[in-house]
Amino acid sequence: MTAQTIRTETPKSAQESAELLRSCADEGVAVRIAGGGTKPWGLPGADCAVQLRTGALDAIVAHNRGDLTAVLQAGMPLRELDEALASADQMLALDAPWGADDAATVGGLIATGDSGPLRHRYGAPRDLVLGVTIALSDGSLAHAGGKVIKNVAGYDLAKLYSGSFGTLGLICEVAVRLHPRPPALATATGRTDDAGLLQHAAIAMAGSSLEAQALDVRWEGSSGAVLARFAGIAAAEQAEAARVLLAETGVEAACVEEDEPLWERQRAGQRSVDGGAVVRVSGRPTRLADAFHAAQAAGATLVGRAALGLSWIALPAAAPGELVIAIAGLREALVPCACVVLDAPAAVRAHLDPWDHHESSALALMRRVKQRFDPTATCNPAIFVGGI
Amino acid sequence: MELAYPPSRAPVPTTTTPPALPDRTLLERLREICGAAHVLTDAMQLRTYESDGLLQYRATPRAVVLPADATQVRDVVRACSEANVPWVARGAGSGLSGGALPVQEGVVIAVTRMRRVLEVDLANGRIVVEPGVTNTEVSAAVGPTHFYPPDPSSQIVCSIGGNVAENSGGAHCFKYGFTTNYVTGLEVVLADGEIVQLGGKEVDTPGYDLLGAFVGSEGTLGICTAITLRVIPPPEAIKTMVAFFDTTSEAGETVSRIVSEGIVPGAIEMMDTLTIQAAEQSVHAGFPTDVGAALIIELDGSKHECEARFDSVVKICESSGAIDIRIARDDADRAAIWRTRKAAFAAMGRVAPNYYVQDGVIPRTKLPEVLARIAELSDEYGMRVGNVFHAGDGNLHPLVCYDGEEEAARAEELAGRILEACVDAGGSITGEHGIGVDKKRHMPRMFDEPDLAAFQHLRCAFDPRGLANPGKVMPTPRLCGEVPGPYRRHPLERDGVAERF
Repeated sequence: MTAQTIRTETPKSAQESAELLRSCADEGVAVRIAGGGTKPWGLPGADCAVQLRTGALDAIVAHNRGDLTAVLQAGMPLRELDEALASADQMLALDAPWGADDAATVGGLIATGDSGPLRHRYGAPRDLVLGVTIALSDGSLAHAGGKVIKNVAGYDLAKLYSGSFGTLGLICEVAVRLHPRPPALATATGRTDDAGLLQHAAIAMAGSSLEAQALDVRWEGSSGAVLARFAGIAAAEQAEAARVLLAETGVEAACVEEDEPLWERQRAGQRSVDGGAVVRVSGRPTRLADAFHAAQAAGATLVGRAALGLSWIALPAAAPGELVIAIAGLREALVPCACVVLDAPAAVRAHLDPWDHHESSALALMRRVKQRFDPTATCNPAIFVGGI
Repeated sequence: MELAYPPSRAPVPTTTTPPALPDRTLLERLREICGAAHVLTDAMQLRTYESDGLLQYRATPRAVVLPADATQVRDVVRACSEANVPWVARGAGSGLSGGALPVQEGVVIAVTRMRRVLEVDLANGRIVVEPGVTNTEVSAAVGPTHFYPPDPSSQIVCSIGGNVAENSGGAHCFKYGFTTNYVTGLEVVLADGEIVQLGGKEVDTPGYDLLGAFVGSEGTLGICTAITLRVIPPPEAIKTMVAFFDTTSEAGETVSRIVSEGIVPGAIEMMDTLTIQAAEQSVHAGFPTDVGAALIIELDGSKHECEARFDSVVKICESSGAIDIRIARDDADRAAIWRTRKAAFAAMGRVAPNYYVQDGVIPRTKLPEVLARIAELSDEYGMRVGNVFHAGDGNLHPLVCYDGEEEAARAEELAGRILEACVDAGGSITGEHGIGVDKKRHMPRMFDEPDLAAFQHLRCAFDPRGLANPGKVMPTPRLCGEVPGPYRRHPLERDGVAERF
């Protein structure tokens, strides 16, 4: 990056955000959009003279308790939101890690499409966002979706913007679906040092009629575990039923009632230590054992969503060159699953394509989407898939 | 099937004149691609396709083609593109918003023959199907160890391709979600004839969520030729009950209390007096016909959780003033309860010569005030309105009863004013039937010009020439400009000397 003065702007309203984007577009100035700044993922991107932070857009616009919905400004920190909703015994069921200083925001979470263990039951950000207000680089402020949980009027731009990394404009405000906080939780675990057996146990759990709130796997060193968490007034009975099922598959099964530390560790496993890297693998349950082996070969720790086939492989701190080689090794072992590099030192990011994506007709279509929504390439230029 | 049977009415002019008439060369080309037997041009044959489930709109296409596979679909779309002829994708034709209404003189691509299950991969919880496979066939193909949750009332006939286009829901979507929550991959033919793979069996594939944008786009962004769906294990236990109340307000309050207890029922459906009476005449399930509301509640999930929660629900109903509670003891009881609910639409024909089905959404807590408003409107228009309500997710289906053609326009006007009440309450003009042609005119109630412009950006990225299902969704026809280059304000504009129009 060239040394250039970066001006930071923190607009106080959606309207102000749209005006800022338009004036930058007019001047041919690129804008780097960020929430809490905890997820500097993607390509290094083009130089941006302006940084737009959502820190001043941090209000809960509405919390409709009886309807289990809320309207939130993008800069609302997830931690504060969680505390506010806890008072009503409700939650936004998106438990991705909150990042350094718990600074992650609602907007950042949605724009990056990040997720945590609760995704097993409740889905990804795309599944819980009911509507969006977006500021585009032509200065317009548009709404899509609505504030009700069922709605098929108009195009579902809320999904298009979820995971778009700010490249189509700024998500200013979102309407989200909330869920009740469960009265009790309990977890069944199954441990083994046999990667194939662990995959088998995970698939057995995923195929059972027991309704888990979260279903994770973990591989560390040369052994691993499957973790099935149950929520509800009969959580303990359900965990016991899961323990029996797991024991039948041949893993060493147990029930854990004080289970929060287990899940805290799963969430933490999605983020990197300083100087390390995290690779997210879009796999399948039947490729889990391959992912365990690949992680072990790289000296890495893996956490994953068993039924979704998603894994996060955390590589320990190493020289950038070594990390680049290790990531290439993971990709080779797990082909054709996309292995997206999330956390990584800038030097690593500069030497490989973090998106692990190749030219395709879908990519050409994505470029056309970008051209229509942000024709001036003002918003987060060149950080996304294919250099979008 | 939730089908309305409105009277025959003069065809409503719907779409703009197509850019060019298909000439003989196009028809010959279509016959080469699909075989002459699968290209329908005879006036009698075309009549089947002139409407979808919403019969008051009609248009005659130049041809209906029935391709056998994705390659044929691609070639048909490409031939239309070369001839600059608009086309409309059609599944089972059971949609209720005119989404599959043909474009006059355009081509209809019916996926009825594309009914193969391409792959069943239960270890990964996936099934890959062609678009003509019915909703019920999907669950049948993955059963009994798995099922496909979205269950629109027309599930026996409706196609998965149509479900994708409409983002179909069903009675169980409060707990389980909609079609869009279950589609993980699509093979799509774009309007220029290009085949694009969106997503796959895996989730979080890099790039924009074009899957999410495509599902529910009502056939305006392309036509899907293969669909990868997530399927899940069936619940261990299901418990169903019906509770009767003096008023819909009491029933609505009960729903709020259940949900605020943290209970997420598999389904929770409300019927009012008029719809109970109609359904009872048709199904004879023994529902009392003198009550204000029936609330059907179904809990499913793990056995322990389901039983414990069910007891709480019964207590809530009792303490909320339920007159009577009936608990299904077996599958036959359960089926009878659901038969009554599912008969509600068709049964309206027994209490009124004609009826118009509306589909609006409200925040659940606004139910009492919106129902009161509907009652007011019903009085004002002198027309009876029955209400069926997916109570968990706030999806209201008012059934406006009327008699004969002369009342049809007023019934539709009343139905439109009900939508106004839904939007004013913070809701939506459609929860599951879609915009199609029927609700285009209501779009500006929910969306302002910048919102519609943003929708158009998406449309133009997928189909810049507007050949895929033109005249649907957007309230007024719009054209796409050239792919815009970097926009720079002219110096005269910047100085306020001139404005761009």
